[in-house]
Amino acid sequence: MADVSIRKVFKRYDSVEAVRGIDLEIKDHEFVVLVGPSGCGKSTTLRMIAGLEEITAGEIAIDDIVVNDVPPKDRDIAMVFQNYALYPHMTVAENMSFGLRLKRFPKPEIKARVDEAARILDITELLDRKPKALSGGQRQRVAMGRAIVRHPKVFLFDEPLSNLDAKLRVQMRTEIKRVHQKVKTTTVYVTHDQVEAMTLADRVVVMNHGVIEQVGPPNELYHAPLTKFVAGFIGSPAMNFIPCKLEDAGDGLRVRLTGDYAFPVPQARVARYRPHLASPNLLFGVRPEHVAESRPHAEPGIHPFEVGLDVTEPMGMETLVYFKVNGAEVCGRVSPTAGAADNARMRLAIDMNNMHLIDDATGMVL
Amino acid sequence: MTSVTVDKAGPTRATPKYGSIKRDRAWALRWSFVFLTLFAFAFLIPPIYMFITSLKTSAEISAAKNPWWVFNPTLGNYIDLLAAPQYLIFFKNSAIVSVSVVVITMLIAIPAAFALSRMRFWGSATLATGVFLTYLIPETLLFLPLFKMFAVFNELTGIQLLNRWWVLLVVYPTLTVPFATWIMIGYFASIPKELDEAAIIDGASWMQTLVRVFVPVALPGIIAATIFAFTVSWAQFLYPLAFTTSIDQLVLPVGIITTLIKGDVFNWGQIMTGALLGAAPPLIIYAFLMDYYIAGLTAGSTKG
Repeated sequence: MADVSIRKVFKRYDSVEAVRGIDLEIKDHEFVVLVGPSGCGKSTTLRMIAGLEEITAGEIAIDDIVVNDVPPKDRDIAMVFQNYALYPHMTVAENMSFGLRLKRFPKPEIKARVDEAARILDITELLDRKPKALSGGQRQRVAMGRAIVRHPKVFLFDEPLSNLDAKLRVQMRTEIKRVHQKVKTTTVYVTHDQVEAMTLADRVVVMNHGVIEQVGPPNELYHAPLTKFVAGFIGSPAMNFIPCKLEDAGDGLRVRLTGDYAFPVPQARVARYRPHLASPNLLFGVRPEHVAESRPHAEPGIHPFEVGLDVTEPMGMETLVYFKVNGAEVCGRVSPTAGAADNARMRLAIDMNNMHLIDDATGMVL
Repeated sequence: MTSVTVDKAGPTRATPKYGSIKRDRAWALRWSFVFLTLFAFAFLIPPIYMFITSLKTSAEISAAKNPWWVFNPTLGNYIDLLAAPQYLIFFKNSAIVSVSVVVITMLIAIPAAFALSRMRFWGSATLATGVFLTYLIPETLLFLPLFKMFAVFNELTGIQLLNRWWVLLVVYPTLTVPFATWIMIGYFASIPKELDEAAIIDGASWMQTLVRVFVPVALPGIIAATIFAFTVSWAQFLYPLAFTTSIDQLVLPVGIITTLIKGDVFNWGQIMTGALLGAAPPLIIYAFLMDYYIAGLTAGSTKG
């Protein structure tokens, strides 16, 4: 088990720059998830840690040893692939023990390790089967087993759940978390699914266009995003962005969305926002759960307003309502008993304590 | 969908003319049978004719009676041929040459195809195309320069390559290696890249990856290439005709022609018998490996 350090790492393919100077320190035992849209450089980063891609510039160190020029087999890492990549001509046990057999481990040791991993993953009864006789979830377990038996310094997961159906994906997500709690190996996990990132990670690394946008624990990313990209990427349904103006209102500030809609900024943020009073490209950001039905006796900072709904989507435990403000589509989450209906007018309330103000020119959250 | 019909017909709605899936299918089936029968007929007539002729005596063959019927069946041709030591020598030479060429071809083509399909290096794509282009050069164009090369080699080193059966081990791979490499590049490309990456991460060297993971997985493609190499070697005519002359150095196709045609006397019965027996080994190999062969040639077509 080990730390992983990524220092000023670049990856250039002929004309494309896939990774553009990223820095990341991964601590021992930590579960770090790299998340971002396709083409953001997350998989390339993982493959550089694995040694499957050469590093154009910068350095990667595992356990304080720079591994830029170390071949994958000597890096002591294990990797789980999206399509499992099981050896189709070998049984489950042979698949799991392949790496150990190449390193000429003694037979009893190999058997003990395979049995232990099979027990952790609950696949003991599958050990004699060939991969083609396994379901998708079972194959994924075997792929993880192949990683576990090696007792590597670092686990690398490359979108391991993307090939599974929705229900199995949720199950295997829990399984991966459970396995990590047992074996505690430093893990780098790549996914494009922000829910997977939020649920699994000790720390989430959000990447976009080859750079790291933000690194932090899941809740920090959700509640205190640093950039518009992170604010919009983390959370589902995504955060609403509405063009707005900041107005002076005596000793406070007001966010004006349209002629009709203007809401006071909470006092705690006035000092922070005041320098941006004249900024032309401001966006008001608010998550759907902070646009809810209006209730009597609202707490301070929650302001009622009335809109004409366009569409409603009942989800069971809540209803999503969609309407337009200042040309932007806005999503709110209301109680299913609040009486939301398509094309109806409804009284909603906005929680300004959870607002974000974004400078659209720089993409930074203010 | 029907709105077009309605527009054309105006207020009175015409009954649209529907096709029938069942009828289409029946016609497709009839046509396939017609053509399959034609093809089967065209391809089977020559071997059947050969078989009929092989059961006749020379006298009956030249008697110009009904060529499709055997009036006095005899196994004389078979007995004579198999009792003649030279025919067995031809057979042995062919077998040794073909098997050796297959082994040599695979030893070169498998690593070549692996390298060209997996290790991205400078010029690898151009090289892959180049390999295929060399296959397109016909042997009729190559045998003269090759002959000259062997002659010059003899002058320089004193080593005689001409009129030795084993020179074919050098010559045939110029035909089999490029094509075998080309089929296998195609097949290897259909194997997910993650498979060898997993092996590399598991600690395998390139050689171990090739031998312990890649070859077993790519077996259908390798078998297809093997069958091809064997068939080409077994049926090769021009090169052995040019490079070997002594009776004990000949392979089967050339041997039959040289020994059974004496001047303008054609020993048809034995020629047909020899050719039929000679066609047997590839036929047997095809029969056993047909499924693999097809899987190899259609690689990638069904991968999602």
